[in-house]
Amino acid sequence: MITAVASGKGGTGKTTVAASLATVWDGPVLGVDLDVEEPNLHLFLQPVIQGSQMAHMMVPAVEEAKCTYCGACSELCQFKAISVFNQVILTFPEMCHGCGGCMAICPEKAISSGQRELGEISWGRAGDVGFLAGKLRIGEAMSPPLMRMVKTRLDVMLAAEGGDAIIDAPPGVSCPAVNAVLDSDVILLVTEPTPFGVYDFILACEAFAPLGKPMGAVINRAGLGNDAIYRFCREKGLPILAEIPYDRAIAEAYARGRIIADLSAGLKSTFVALRDRIRDLTKPSQPQKAAHA
Amino acid sequence: MREIIIISGKGGTGKTSLTGAFGHLAANKIICDLDVDAPDLHLLLQPTHERQEEFYSGHEAEIVRDRCDGCGLCATMCQFGAIRENGAGFMVDPVRCEGCKVCVAFCPSEAIRFPEKHCGQWYVSATRFGPLVHAQLFPGAENSGRLVMILKQQAKELAKARGADLVLCDGAPGIGCPVISSLSGAHLAVAVTEPTPSGRHDLTRVAELCRHFQTAFAVIINKHDLNPEEAARIEAFCQAESYPVIARLPHDPLVTRAMVQGLVVTELPETAFSRELGHAWTRIEALAGLSR
Amino acid sequence: MNRIAVTSEGPSVNDQVDPRFGRAAGFVVVDLETMDTNYIDNGQSQVMAQGAGIQAAELVARAGVNCLLTGYVGPKAFQALTAAGIKVVQNLEGLTVGAAVERFKSGQVEMAQAANRTGR
Repeated sequence: MITAVASGKGGTGKTTVAASLATVWDGPVLGVDLDVEEPNLHLFLQPVIQGSQMAHMMVPAVEEAKCTYCGACSELCQFKAISVFNQVILTFPEMCHGCGGCMAICPEKAISSGQRELGEISWGRAGDVGFLAGKLRIGEAMSPPLMRMVKTRLDVMLAAEGGDAIIDAPPGVSCPAVNAVLDSDVILLVTEPTPFGVYDFILACEAFAPLGKPMGAVINRAGLGNDAIYRFCREKGLPILAEIPYDRAIAEAYARGRIIADLSAGLKSTFVALRDRIRDLTKPSQPQKAAHA
Repeated sequence: MREIIIISGKGGTGKTSLTGAFGHLAANKIICDLDVDAPDLHLLLQPTHERQEEFYSGHEAEIVRDRCDGCGLCATMCQFGAIRENGAGFMVDPVRCEGCKVCVAFCPSEAIRFPEKHCGQWYVSATRFGPLVHAQLFPGAENSGRLVMILKQQAKELAKARGADLVLCDGAPGIGCPVISSLSGAHLAVAVTEPTPSGRHDLTRVAELCRHFQTAFAVIINKHDLNPEEAARIEAFCQAESYPVIARLPHDPLVTRAMVQGLVVTELPETAFSRELGHAWTRIEALAGLSR
Repeated sequence: MNRIAVTSEGPSVNDQVDPRFGRAAGFVVVDLETMDTNYIDNGQSQVMAQGAGIQAAELVARAGVNCLLTGYVGPKAFQALTAAGIKVVQNLEGLTVGAAVERFKSGQVEMAQAANRTGR
């Protein structure tokens, strides 16, 4: 079972929840950091890294001797990664989305696969918890290509070792966030009961509802703000699976990189209950309680 | 005319709350919300839309059912797993479609349409602090940065038309396309961070991004009393890299209280926090070369 | 150098130089020998999600232009223009197209060695 921990607004506690959830899991589990622009899961799980590799994607490399400057590649490319005009052919590998169109359409078979570095994928263990993360190269504009490669490795690891996965997703509701939750079995939306938290939570529900996955909410910093979030969840029939109170002691512990579930018996049981409620959400006999926009 | 972008690297550090307050303190400016993915500034500024425009970007593929002969070539060629076969035939999943046009180009039956994608809306609005240029991407839409560029252009044109000498922008979290677009042509990026391992980690990445794009960079440490040791580490980093630390702000529930009331923090009775924020704005103006 | 293009907010020499290249409204192309002008609309570049500068470079290259006069150009567009053998003059915003052409003819401009805008 793959649980994606997402949110509309940044800073609501995705990584906090993902890390604590992983540590109370009752079976083999992989913590996966798909927030490749700003990966933070390792700061809390503190894994021993066992391996890493540079991730690349294929970009066009032109054998100019074979090129007739027909322009078919340039005509097809939607991203201006390859450009033909007069007797000139240029490639802009950083614009390439990796569709392979230019290579396929070239009548002279003059375009082969070059490489663009996306970033790094690393894996390891933190005690009982497995770890997998992607880290985007600074200056690389697109996160989905690296995210796809991390997800491919995740599938391989789960097929080989079994067990569950908990994905720490990037914030927001545009393509990087959607990419992170797309192939999960259940989506957890972490929010805070402030006006910003509520507004972005509603956006997130709208973004993820069409994916048809069971969804549940986690309210972090409960007690702050107002109760608009509770009304919204009730109206939409979205189950609130856990509440973490607004507490300076928790904020300070987080600021020191502590796992919140370790702070007290009360907090640990909050996360154990969360784990169990997530499982319940994905049981086929359970009526679907996901919100639909 | 100067352009100042408030960014963060890590989300949730207080970027939007501070930008709202700076919008109150600044004279003669156009405010711009460049976090088009999850915009929140309007919740503090209560804008009245004066102009609304639709935003189209890229395309998506659509298989025309009665022209499709089920050969499946599109599904084989799609690098994004966006074309699947179900009971009703082959279908493009709009969530996965990258808009690359490969299936359209190679379909032997020419059975695939390629309409433009309606990705969002943008607005020029009036607020109690002056004009606001902002947008909302539809959930799930691509965030290539083009909408960010449109907003920046509009804000600059509005500044020129109204004789404003500042465009003040609320940026997006992260280091991807939208942030990169935000930095284009900016005179100063001010990063709001927090003294946590995540805050520091993400600050170093966004600092490197700004260095890569040669954008002047300064730092505000928000909620600094949450972890004074970590705050000190951030200061040491800034010192080593010669990034000015503009302010050290205490954690103050005032920020949320203001947000709940739909106000910015400087509109409430003065506290140590809002006083320090005022000093911070003066320093930002000086750094950006704004004559006041 | 006999054929220059000027990024323009409109089709005539009295229009303002459009400071942008990739998303300029259009280009006024001037044949310096005859002083004939024609206008190329840049709408097809403006609608692109990315790569507008490259698209615009293709357009001016196909028009047989030797030199481009504009406000600013990004690094990818600069690369494309250079590859096409087109010289670039930057920082001419604030002038009319006609004034920019006069400045060029009187030798008061410098050919750019690099793009004056960082990329995105």
